Amino acid sequence: MKLFVDVTLNGVANGMIFAAMALALVFIYRATSIVNFAQGAMGMFTTFIAFSLLDRGIGYWEAFAAALGIGLVLGALVQRVLIRPLQGKPELNPVIVTIGLLVVLEGLAGSIWGNSAKGFPPAFSQTGLTVGHTKIAFSHFDLFILGAVLTLMIATLLLFRGTSLGLRMRASAFEPEVARLLGVRVGRILTLGWALAAVAGSLAGLLVAPTASFSPYYMDLSLVFGFTAAVIGGLDSPVGALVGGLITGLCVSYVGGYLGASLQPLGALALLMVTLTARPQGIFARPEARRV
Amino acid sequence: MLRAVAKVTAGRGDLTVLAVEGLSVSYGAIRALRDVELEAHEGMITAVLGANGAGKTTLLRTITGLVKPSAGSVRLNGTRLTGMAVEDIARVGVAHVPEGRGVIQELTVDENLRLGTLWRLGRSERRKAMEEVYGLFPLLGERRNRHASTLSGGERQMLAIGRALVSRPKVMLLDEPSLGLAPIVTAQLMAVLRDLAVSSELTVVLVEQNARSALSVAQRAVVLNLGKVVVSDDADVVAADNDLRHHYLGF
Amino acid sequence: MSRSRRLRLPTRPFPRHLLFALVAAAGFYGLTSVLSDYDNYRLGEIALYAVALAGLSVLTGMNGQISLGHGALMAVGAYTTALLMTHTQLNFVVELLAAVAVTTAMGVVVGIPATRLKGPYLAGMTLILALGLPLLADKYSATFGGDQGLSTNSPTPPGSISAYEWLTWIEILGALITLLLLANLLRSRFGRSFRAVRDDEIAASLAGIHVARTKVIAFAVSAGCAGLAGAFLGVSTGVVSTGEFPLSLSIGILAGMVLGGAGSLMGVWWGAVALVYLPDWSTSISKSFSLGNGVSAYLATIIYGVVLIVVMLLAPSGIQGGLRRGASEIKAFIRRRRGDSVTDELQESEGPAMATVGSGGPEGGWSRGEGPATERTDP
Repeated sequence: MKLFVDVTLNGVANGMIFAAMALALVFIYRATSIVNFAQGAMGMFTTFIAFSLLDRGIGYWEAFAAALGIGLVLGALVQRVLIRPLQGKPELNPVIVTIGLLVVLEGLAGSIWGNSAKGFPPAFSQTGLTVGHTKIAFSHFDLFILGAVLTLMIATLLLFRGTSLGLRMRASAFEPEVARLLGVRVGRILTLGWALAAVAGSLAGLLVAPTASFSPYYMDLSLVFGFTAAVIGGLDSPVGALVGGLITGLCVSYVGGYLGASLQPLGALALLMVTLTARPQGIFARPEARRV
Repeated sequence: MLRAVAKVTAGRGDLTVLAVEGLSVSYGAIRALRDVELEAHEGMITAVLGANGAGKTTLLRTITGLVKPSAGSVRLNGTRLTGMAVEDIARVGVAHVPEGRGVIQELTVDENLRLGTLWRLGRSERRKAMEEVYGLFPLLGERRNRHASTLSGGERQMLAIGRALVSRPKVMLLDEPSLGLAPIVTAQLMAVLRDLAVSSELTVVLVEQNARSALSVAQRAVVLNLGKVVVSDDADVVAADNDLRHHYLGF
Repeated sequence: MSRSRRLRLPTRPFPRHLLFALVAAAGFYGLTSVLSDYDNYRLGEIALYAVALAGLSVLTGMNGQISLGHGALMAVGAYTTALLMTHTQLNFVVELLAAVAVTTAMGVVVGIPATRLKGPYLAGMTLILALGLPLLADKYSATFGGDQGLSTNSPTPPGSISAYEWLTWIEILGALITLLLLANLLRSRFGRSFRAVRDDEIAASLAGIHVARTKVIAFAVSAGCAGLAGAFLGVSTGVVSTGEFPLSLSIGILAGMVLGGAGSLMGVWWGAVALVYLPDWSTSISKSFSLGNGVSAYLATIIYGVVLIVVMLLAPSGIQGGLRRGASEIKAFIRRRRGDSVTDELQESEGPAMATVGSGGPEGGWSRGEGPATERTDP
């Protein structure tokens, strides 16, 4: 029983991280209709930069903020330099470019910071909290994860629903040509979308780092699980990203807890395949409206 | 009666708002537009007619910058539009209601309308402009919080036009607004356009395949065939010319 | 006029392909007899990567489905062969064919849910496959040899031919046969339906093509190629372990395909050469720039990534596409010099591969994304 509780709590905490990744992917998908395969690697890169800053004595929260800020710039840069030139070309081209970026970033990180697994300090204590008389597998740090991702999700929802900018972003994603005809500077909006998504990715990178062996590849699995979470949730819904994240997190945690850690990716794969067979558009996707 | 009103006021609509000169567009080896000339005057509806594939949609898309011409120019009150970005052309006062209406299905009616106000108006003015459009199209007002996908074809057309109007454009370009609409709805639509042109001195360029209804409200008519202008004259002259109607317009 | 002076090639595709293959075989034979053992080994590697690239090229360039999981499929082929070698005494060719058969079956298993996915989503799913499948070998390390892996035996050469030369010859033969079969496949009815599905699924299904089945067949064929390549890889390195099949292998194959030109069977040789010699080149680059040990380990992967990015941005149809375009420019230039009228200003079509990956059509604006699942494809 204790195993079950621990594994469940672990699943929730991880699920929130996957939700953050999924949110980043959803953000970019909604803004640009592209899936950014380098999302995890970008988060990894900014986290490594934060790590360097910490090494030099910069305070934790300053380094944290710096990572998010650099992520913002990195996202905008990638969109302007690598993605915008591919506008109008076949759909697979940006996929391949982002895969290339993934690989370049991992190689660069390895070259700059070496392959040895270091430790990234967590923001809060990682020892389990005590509930009643038992220690559960949920720590202050896990609470922080929960809080941070929920904040992110609420901020995203508010942005999309409540602001003019959000309206412009949604219009640019749904009907970029119509948006341009209405005076929306779609190009800039798309760059901004990538920048904001990169912030979410950076956050994910910072949240995962303390729990993983800190190599250039540490975000690969998070990308994969985040992708699964996003697809399950319906790739155009922030709430879907959250729910998808939780489902994926729990599933992966159960597989890991009861079947072994090495089967986790295949567990995610199975989850993905089942969802795609039963409900291909994801749980929260709005029905595809057709233009008349 | 309204037609007589339109004819009387036609005299003062001599200010050329939109001027197209020598416009040519090619898609690879296909010449979609050849040397097209067009003038749209203030307060007048200029109909652009012709068979399918004659180049009408290409003409509008070139004016609003979605397509780059190989030769020629488009000017709005003297300002050269050719070469500007699409969103900049929109911000100069050219409102394009594209083929298929371009209503964003995933947004609500209110959101669609608000989208049209964003670049132009301050926050307080936006609501005012939107309420004006709701006054013009009460049906939209009733459905303002519904998703645009729930609207009927005619309502969507109202929304598209309202969204174009809300930014107080200098020129409104409409691409086949009657497409897919029942004749009664089309007639209502044309009446609305006519009233707008008269009352607010709006300059309208109306691309239509339904030449009959377009000619009933327009003051000028331009007929395209295979990318070239074959007729450019007053609307009633064109409507009266039987040979022309049969040959190019199919009725 | 000049027509009679031109070399008369067989006009029907099948004999023409056979002729090319025989000429190539002769050429390779000559090459192997003069090369050293080490160079022969590299040549064999080139051949096996050519097989893998050809498979992916058919899948992506001709059928429009992207796969990031071909490294995992190669692993399946390799492990199949290794297991057979460890536990049975079957003939070498049989073991190779078994690898192909198993991987082809795997291709069907993966290909069926893949029919529901498009573009990036398919990439994502195959990415998970690439990361997850090799982990199975870790989990069941008793059967699969764990970290150490399983060892393989090279086939014994007849007579006094060196083992390296013999293996290289088998790999080259495998590559040529594979390319021959693929070339014929692409010219056949199947090839046409591959391309039709790639270009427009709805139109293809309206024309009577069974879209889902076509996609699964393409996936299966492509997987079979990967399986053969994996088996060769396992035999040539002597050991099959999970370390041989990291994610960078799948990405490297993608890069090789993109570099050579998606959909081009001739282009696979460029990509294969790049894949085989890249580690050497990157080591010498890092030495000549004194970049230090840390960098040189990663330089090869960085170069893969840069290749993917740069080729996609600047020359989406890869080397072969660039050559083809260069050739048609030259032809047009010559025609103009000769005074022949060049009536159509239309660019010569860029070849079949260009619809899903490459320069694309004349439509402007942002491509509108759609949901992950394609509609109405029931296998």
